[in-house]
Amino acid sequence: MADRVIYAMYDDDDVLMDGAKKLVAEGVHITDVFSPFPIHGIDPVIGVKHTRLGIVSFMFGLLGMTLAVVGFKYFMIDNWPMNIGGKPNFSLLENFPSFVPITFEFTVLFAAHGMAITYLLRNKTLPGMPADNPYPRTTDDRFVMEIRLSENGNFSASELHAKIKETDIIEIEEKDYVVVK
Amino acid sequence: MEFQISAKAKKTIFGVIGVGLLAFIIGIVQNIGSEQFATRLMSNLLIDGFFFFAIALGALFFLALQYATETGWSVAIKRVVEGVASYVLVGMVVLLVVFGILTVTDGGFFGALTNHGHHTGHIYQWMDSEIVDHDPLIQGKAPFLTKWMFWVLTILYMSVYYLFYKGFRKRSLQEDLEGGTKIHFKNFAKGALFLVLFGYFSSTSTWHWLMSIDAHWFSTLYGWYIFGGMWCTAMTTIMLLVLYLKKLGHLEQVNGSHIHDIGKWIFATSFLWSYLFFSQFMLYWYANIPEEAIYFVFRIEHYPVIYWGMFLINFIIPMLVLMSADAKRNSGILMFVCIAIIIGHWGDVYMLVTPGTMQEHGTIGFMEIGLFLAFAGVFTFFVLNTLTKAPLMPKNHPYLDESKHHHI
Repeated sequence: MADRVIYAMYDDDDVLMDGAKKLVAEGVHITDVFSPFPIHGIDPVIGVKHTRLGIVSFMFGLLGMTLAVVGFKYFMIDNWPMNIGGKPNFSLLENFPSFVPITFEFTVLFAAHGMAITYLLRNKTLPGMPADNPYPRTTDDRFVMEIRLSENGNFSASELHAKIKETDIIEIEEKDYVVVK
Repeated sequence: MEFQISAKAKKTIFGVIGVGLLAFIIGIVQNIGSEQFATRLMSNLLIDGFFFFAIALGALFFLALQYATETGWSVAIKRVVEGVASYVLVGMVVLLVVFGILTVTDGGFFGALTNHGHHTGHIYQWMDSEIVDHDPLIQGKAPFLTKWMFWVLTILYMSVYYLFYKGFRKRSLQEDLEGGTKIHFKNFAKGALFLVLFGYFSSTSTWHWLMSIDAHWFSTLYGWYIFGGMWCTAMTTIMLLVLYLKKLGHLEQVNGSHIHDIGKWIFATSFLWSYLFFSQFMLYWYANIPEEAIYFVFRIEHYPVIYWGMFLINFIIPMLVLMSADAKRNSGILMFVCIAIIIGHWGDVYMLVTPGTMQEHGTIGFMEIGLFLAFAGVFTFFVLNTLTKAPLMPKNHPYLDESKHHHI
């Protein structure tokens, strides 16, 4: 049997938050929430794992820093020592103060771009990619909660409906779960 | 009121002051015969006098910043900030006494100046007219580097700091009783005014108080650099106090998000200070003009351990340790970083004063450590004493509710 999914629609982020807290307290597992803007504090409520984007960013930063050091060591010290204002061009360490700004710039450039691109790739939201959003109105003024039946084995569909209807929803719909891609 | 200094805390504080004074006296006995003794004594008083005054001044600045930007989250820790800022009253007196002695003794100390007109023994060489007579560079800096200008401006700075501290404190207590938004908007205006005044004074005051020790040298970044340090130590001290009070069960409304935010300030201000340190250093290093570079060359040649050590402590430790969000909420880690930063920034102020006054003879011994401990004890006692005088949680601040529900 195909997986069935319930979409519960709200018109306010605070109401959705309260609803989510109530449902989670009753043991309902909420798979995802779609909203036009980030809802502060929803992640721990619905049990979304802590993002690892920070680690990615740190690694990109390290990569940028290493590239910068390798680059200017080769360009400015080894291959063609540049005499700029009589600075010690024979030694990387003694000339390092001149290279601090570029090291900083490379680190920031790589960390920021690497993080942004990783984020877009991971979310499959690079420019031109098809949207996998069950309700286009969640990009405007609606907030939708996705609850899969397969992840809530201890409740029947009607029990879930009843529980969800106790929160302040404005629409509810159950359908076959399709991954839009 | 709700917070009282416990008997144990009092015992510890007085113990620290006692040990500090004892070490200081041992240091004095050890060194009293030496040629540099009097200079070392005055340098120490200036270092610790300024270091702790700067912490309080940084807190006063932060308080004004919160008012001027109408910040919500920090209301719950407002009384702690006020408590730290209250030390300006003591720090001011200490600094004025030190400046007074130096003025009367022409920039040195009674024992230091056996023969005027020589560079040895002076904290402020430009206060000795015999040196100035033979020094066209200092003559060129008159009338800024003259005793009357020094005192006119110092009294102006001190009275402004005094009046604004008193005003903020008075209105803060008044707000508890009256409520409403009238006081809030008055604080907003006064906070903004203080920031403007402080913007000028934080630079110009350090030119007189610290930069003029090396009277031939100057840096346009100097004031900002000192300001970065004072802001950082102020945030660090506020964090230590908040952690201490929370451990005792006070400040129940201060949650992990508040701690996280103060932690971010420590992280950010550490970077601010390191950035200014490096900007100042690199420009002089790159230009490499002898009369400018000598300031750094001298420090690196004669004080390499303290000079680079304090930079590494103040930059690397906060950067690596406080980078993750969890570390900014962990009281053990925060405690470690805060204490490291306090020691590191004391080293920074030490580096601002000692090489200029003691030349290559500066050391860190019983005198330095003892006086630091004694000052730290007095500072802590005075700040905690201010905290007992008013409820730790303000009432009736318009953003109080927002702060209680602060969540990031």
